[in-house]
Amino acid sequence: MRKLGSAAAIGAGLLVWALGSTPGAEAALDGATVTGKVKFVGKAPANPVIDMSEEAKCAAKYTTPPRELIVQVNANGTLANVFVYVKTGLPADAKYPTPATPVEIDQNGCMYHPRVFGIMVGQTLAIKNSDGILHNIKALGKKNRPFNISQPTTMTTNRPGFAAVEVMLPFACNVHGWMHAFAGVLSHPFYSATGTDGSYSIKGLPPGTYTIEAWHEKYGTQTATVTVKAAETKTADLTFTAK
Amino acid sequence: MRVGLIGALAVFLSVSPTVRLSAQDTTAGKTVYVKWCAGCHGETGDGKGVAALYMLPRPRDFTGAVYKIRTTASGQLPTDADLMRAIDEGLPGTAMPAWQTRLSDGERRNVMAYLKTFSSFFSDTSQHPQLLKFSSEPGGGTGAEALRVGRQFYDSIHCYKCHGPQGRGDGPSAPDLKDDPGQPILAADLHENWRFRGGATAEDIYRQLRTGLDGTPMPSFSDLLDQKFLTEEQLWRVAQYVRSLSPPKAPEVRDVIHARQIAGTLPVSPDDSAWSRVDDYYFPLVGQIIRKPRWFAPAVAAIWVQALHNGNAIAVRLTWDDRSQSPDTGWNKYTRRLLQTMASDDSGPQTLAPWPDQLAVQFPPKIPEGMERPYFLMGSNSGSVYQWRWRSAPRGAVAGLARGIDRFDTLPPASGPAARAVWDHGQWRVVFTRTLATADTANELQFAVGRAIPVAFFAWDGSSAERDTRMALSTWYFLALDQPTPPGTFISPVIAMVVTLGLGMLVVVRAQRRDGRRAAARG
Repeated sequence: MRKLGSAAAIGAGLLVWALGSTPGAEAALDGATVTGKVKFVGKAPANPVIDMSEEAKCAAKYTTPPRELIVQVNANGTLANVFVYVKTGLPADAKYPTPATPVEIDQNGCMYHPRVFGIMVGQTLAIKNSDGILHNIKALGKKNRPFNISQPTTMTTNRPGFAAVEVMLPFACNVHGWMHAFAGVLSHPFYSATGTDGSYSIKGLPPGTYTIEAWHEKYGTQTATVTVKAAETKTADLTFTAK
Repeated sequence: MRVGLIGALAVFLSVSPTVRLSAQDTTAGKTVYVKWCAGCHGETGDGKGVAALYMLPRPRDFTGAVYKIRTTASGQLPTDADLMRAIDEGLPGTAMPAWQTRLSDGERRNVMAYLKTFSSFFSDTSQHPQLLKFSSEPGGGTGAEALRVGRQFYDSIHCYKCHGPQGRGDGPSAPDLKDDPGQPILAADLHENWRFRGGATAEDIYRQLRTGLDGTPMPSFSDLLDQKFLTEEQLWRVAQYVRSLSPPKAPEVRDVIHARQIAGTLPVSPDDSAWSRVDDYYFPLVGQIIRKPRWFAPAVAAIWVQALHNGNAIAVRLTWDDRSQSPDTGWNKYTRRLLQTMASDDSGPQTLAPWPDQLAVQFPPKIPEGMERPYFLMGSNSGSVYQWRWRSAPRGAVAGLARGIDRFDTLPPASGPAARAVWDHGQWRVVFTRTLATADTANELQFAVGRAIPVAFFAWDGSSAERDTRMALSTWYFLALDQPTPPGTFISPVIAMVVTLGLGMLVVVRAQRRDGRRAAARG
């Protein structure tokens, strides 16, 4: 009985490994891609300067006074830290395997890296403290149970995956009131977050018509509708305007 | 027949989702809830009842099912027993009272079942709150070695970041703390364990370290055990150390402050070691909610009072916990958040100003002969009060006469009190001294030995936006300047007892003799 159980467990493990190693593997062969840039129009507000004087270890990691990266406009006029994901259009009954590799969020220089990211339901979140000073990590979910754990030293804590879809789920540190991060928790792997070039890319989509939503912590959401055929790549740029 | 009945029951159970929580319970629970709970927690359980705006911390929002006091890991639902504990015992230091003596067992169980219906998390079968495994308290928790280890780990898990180096809630992160809904929240003053939400014992504190207080900035430290950053015993030592910061027993209010008479010089410095040998009196303070603008979130919860006199002058030492030495721009974030959060009767927007900390000691201008005293809230037009008022900036004290909350006339400084103050890691200590007699006998209280002198206290924390009528206050208590005890004090009661006993026996003996004679006569 026990043997049977462990064999089943290994089998299940292999299956998870096989599926998890290449997210969206079943659609990869003829998968379509939606890509584009998230543009920013208007004058970006100045981000608040952080007073890190209480945390010498963090302050030492910066040559210029660090700022909260609420609105991070790139040199090419695009916006960083935008979460772009497929909001609607996927088959209702589709199931996507949970990646076995955890998503890592690092606390370094008293900032979260990344600030905005995606994670699948059930996927492990590895919370890393590279600073070696006290951080508490508070997840402020509404659809997921909020939690609050302490990391007073250099360490990594693996949190079991989130149970429910939630866009977005905020993270905060109470010791350092300026630390904020946001996770998009989805039941599918079709998401991306913009970086310093402001581009996103969602790969492996089955043919269909999709609503792509872009989310930004200050400017809210923008959407685009895209129809893709098998193996096709389409561009859909999104634009946020300064308020 | 039987099968049919069971079948019908099964159908009934399956179509009625609330049955799992027992339909009767929640229906009866709703009645209790609407009558007793909704005023604060709201009809829909969202924590936004009509009284909520006047409370800090705010009433629990049941829709999110996030609870501070649990026996489960951070992020998990509380158990039914956890919820019952909060209902039965209330949450000390908040507006939530204990309901154990006010509602029956059934009512409390029903209302617990009902408030669970406000959140879908409780009906989500994938949620399985599991009890954390708590170890039992290691002995020797009050010993020096245990407290040393406790202090060591208090520092290494960085408790001081919020709770401060001396545990008075004045750590560097304290001014910027907010709870999940974004309301300002203070790190607990660890010297007032009778106000801890989840209980006052070392066991309670250990449990809070393990579970964290969900919805607040207080995290769970359980992971650190798994990661072997510290051991169970070391975590217990932290709890025992925190427990040691508060008095062994919760303080009780005594009505009369006794000022012992000493020979020689009075201690005028707040940190004079002589004060450690003087009896300390505790007085809880409440918000001023009589005159507008009222204040429902008083920052100073209590004041400790000591007094001495030497036949010529009196010294009164007042000690109170205050997280900030106001004005302190480092606390502006907190002040701003507080102004946005607390309902006010003021018209117009509230703007930040560098308000100082303040304290007032109030007496009647004359020791009253009978029970009559001026109006406790700073007197009135018909009856003034004599006050000592101290402020942190510009530092100093004055004496004056108040005729109501908004009228204060300063008296010439000649015979006013001298005041010396120290702010030390979240605590003010102020010593007032004044001669017992002064020249201005019409306006200034003349202290007299052996009399009950009414006294009351007022405190303001500038960083909590407290000024004018926004303050914490006490009712009238008494100050008695004790006389040096003459030897006769101890002898006279003994003589009186002997005399009473003697007279009593005489009466008894005589009565017995009379009875004896009558019996003899009858016989």
